[in-house]
Amino acid sequence: MEPTLAVSSKALRRQEVEEGQSKILFGFWIYIMTDCVLFASLFATYAVLHNNTFGGPSGAQLFSLPYVLAETMLLLTSSFSCGLATIALQNKSKAKVIGYFFLTFLLGLGFLALELREFRHLVLIHDSWTRSGFLSSYFTLVGTHGLHITIGLIWMAVMMIRVLKGGLGTYNVRRLKMLAIFWHFLDVIWIFIFTIVYLLGALRV
Amino acid sequence: MYFANFWLGKLSIHQLPTNRITQGGAIMMVLIVLAILAYVTYVKKWRYLWNEWITTMDAKKIGIMYIIVAIAMLLRGGSDAALLRLQQATSVGASHGVLPASTFQQIFSAHGTIMIFFVGMGLMFGVINLILPVMLGSRDVAFPFLNSVSFWLFAGGMVLVNLSLVIGQFSNAGWLAYPPLSELRFSPSVGVDYWIWSLQIAGVGSLMSGINFISTILKNRAQGMTLMKMPMFAWSVLGSMSLVVFAFPILTVTLALLALDRTMGTHFFTAGGGGNMMMYVNLIWAWGHPEVYILVLPAFGVFSEVVPTFSRKRLFGYTSMVLAIWAIVLLSFTVWLHHFFTMGAGANVNAFFGIMTMVIAIPTGVKIFNWLFTMYQGRIRLKTPMYWFLGFVVIFTIGGMAGVLMSVPPVDFQLHNSLFLVAHFHMMIVGGVLFGLFSGLIYWLPKVLGFRLNERLGRYSFWFWLVGFLTAFTPLYVLGLMGATRRLDHYSAATGWQPLFILAGFGVVLIGIGLGLQILQLIYSILTRHALMDTTGDPWDGRTLEWSVPSPIPFYNYAILPTVSSKDPFWAKKHPTEQPALEIVQDNQPAYKDIVLPKNSGLGVLIAGFAFLFAFAMVWHIIWLDIVGVLGVIITLIIRSTDEHTEYTIPAQEVAELDRNYRLERAEV
Repeated sequence: MEPTLAVSSKALRRQEVEEGQSKILFGFWIYIMTDCVLFASLFATYAVLHNNTFGGPSGAQLFSLPYVLAETMLLLTSSFSCGLATIALQNKSKAKVIGYFFLTFLLGLGFLALELREFRHLVLIHDSWTRSGFLSSYFTLVGTHGLHITIGLIWMAVMMIRVLKGGLGTYNVRRLKMLAIFWHFLDVIWIFIFTIVYLLGALRV
Repeated sequence: MYFANFWLGKLSIHQLPTNRITQGGAIMMVLIVLAILAYVTYVKKWRYLWNEWITTMDAKKIGIMYIIVAIAMLLRGGSDAALLRLQQATSVGASHGVLPASTFQQIFSAHGTIMIFFVGMGLMFGVINLILPVMLGSRDVAFPFLNSVSFWLFAGGMVLVNLSLVIGQFSNAGWLAYPPLSELRFSPSVGVDYWIWSLQIAGVGSLMSGINFISTILKNRAQGMTLMKMPMFAWSVLGSMSLVVFAFPILTVTLALLALDRTMGTHFFTAGGGGNMMMYVNLIWAWGHPEVYILVLPAFGVFSEVVPTFSRKRLFGYTSMVLAIWAIVLLSFTVWLHHFFTMGAGANVNAFFGIMTMVIAIPTGVKIFNWLFTMYQGRIRLKTPMYWFLGFVVIFTIGGMAGVLMSVPPVDFQLHNSLFLVAHFHMMIVGGVLFGLFSGLIYWLPKVLGFRLNERLGRYSFWFWLVGFLTAFTPLYVLGLMGATRRLDHYSAATGWQPLFILAGFGVVLIGIGLGLQILQLIYSILTRHALMDTTGDPWDGRTLEWSVPSPIPFYNYAILPTVSSKDPFWAKKHPTEQPALEIVQDNQPAYKDIVLPKNSGLGVLIAGFAFLFAFAMVWHIIWLDIVGVLGVIITLIIRSTDEHTEYTIPAQEVAELDRNYRLERAEV
């Protein structure tokens, strides 16, 4: 009598843990949605202010499309390697998970470096966020995305150490799934930034 | 000097209050806080406070803490209101009243901010935390740790607002801080920064609560409780929290952009540099109008529980209620422009928003009629929660009709920013939100405290509130039509407004007595609790699951999680002939199982503490403290994430024993 009770209680516990994990994933999706609204507000702000150059330069004068294409390729590739990491996660291959996430990390870091270099360039030629409403909204929209990327990179670094130490237990797997969702989400946001800010911006003379 | 700037930012001894009224307020507040701290130390309750309250993950306790903060803030916001009315009743012609203009401005800004963010939101989250998980037949909210962080962020924001009274000053720019007035050029002091950062951290807390309660409602319901069998309160909260997750990110962005304008020199809302100040007004109301419904929907939910219980009838028109809630949720995002018809967006735009505003009154009307039809042919018992409901119907209907009147743009051009508007939204927020949550508190507190509140004092306080409220705000409609604007600190005697202002001030006195009676009611009920004890767990003859557990609710809520098969499951169980129902709790053969509960954690309060430091440092430009705050939050989060043993298990046997003892204990009483 006693042992069967223990087993069933253990099975019940496992079921509860799994339910808890799926609940957290669900909550994380809602969080992603709130972040969508946050970016939507910033996009709306950019849409309102993008012509308010106040005598300063416009997007067409500032943006270099090849440069942004390089950034975009880095981030898209990082999303691809993040996808490979998720497949490795399904196959429970610890080495591959860490390897692909490390690749993702490097690509993300490269993207961030390029973005910061572009910001630095703009500040040095005195076209920083204080120049005009257009540049304020540009720096804030793109910078908020960059801030998210930074948070993603910190998270990724922490998770790689955790997987190295603790392996692929239920908790780590769930957190890696959330991280992957987050990373792909940032990729989607970047596609919108690339299209609305850079492509449309470069079209206008 | 550089050294001081580095360590202290803009902080200095000169920032202490200089005006006598603010000095008095600051000294009183500091004394109250010191007295509380001294008392806790004297009775040696720090450990108890830390273990049982500060680190708790129990939604019921978090709910009580929300309510305590909200009541304290109601007193603060109420004193602000009294000062404003005192000024307006006396500052006429040659006399300039009791307050200097700048203090008056700070007080009306603080009054609005505190009442909406820390009283309205506080009471709302308090009541939701208190009862929602129990009502759904669940042990806790979906994410207990997140819940704790949310509460402490809310508390941090509250402390920051009140700190502005002691050091520095509060915003002069009204409760929504419109630019260009709120820009650095016109508000160079730290007031607007206090406003921004207290709302920012409290707002992030609310956003996380929104995520938490949506997940709770969608994922933590009792077995058999399909969405269409949920109590209407849960539906209302689901609607309200959906608004939270869509609207609060907009507030976060708006506040951040204003902060960037003030600290980084960007040009989002500035008058020059290519900024657009009307964009701020649009953004803040794209959050602000849904916010009104965020507050009022849970209050509607309370009435949807109170009215059926005290009419001994099921809720009339359940499906239409659900549809009305979702109609309100959707429409509330299509009306924001009615707050500024005078922007000059053009006739077509104004017409659209005017019509949508009229349309949103329809689902609200549906709800009112549904409650009235619930009462129709019911066996009505007039207990205090019902008094608040009936008061609500009167005030909310008057205020609502005034609102529909203002939704006509040409009329609004006359009434914009007049006291008519002030009267309208106070009738909605006080008459709707506050009355609703008062009703809910009286209704559900027995569940938490274990005893009912004194009915007689409750009735007295209600009548003082109702009469006082009508006395205080009906004159404002008249004053508004006569041309008195809001935020008026001085006017000419020739206007003839003074008698009406004095009448309004008298109304505030009556409300104050009502508020005093409520506190007296609470104290008196605690003292005479033995006579008011609720031994059955079901003091009002309730209908929903929360009444099936003993009062006060055990910390694990249910010894055995219930199974549900109808809309009013507890009522169905008590009256098996009316509706066939499954057993809620199999009392005969209790099959106890292990219970898993979250462990207490001090990390929630720590995260909020670091966020508070960050916000404080942002106000005073203390860069090193900003870095400490950010790093603190990040490191605490990482520490929390490495802890995989955040839960503990009560074995089934122990649950059985706890449950038996609990029932015996209650039976003895």
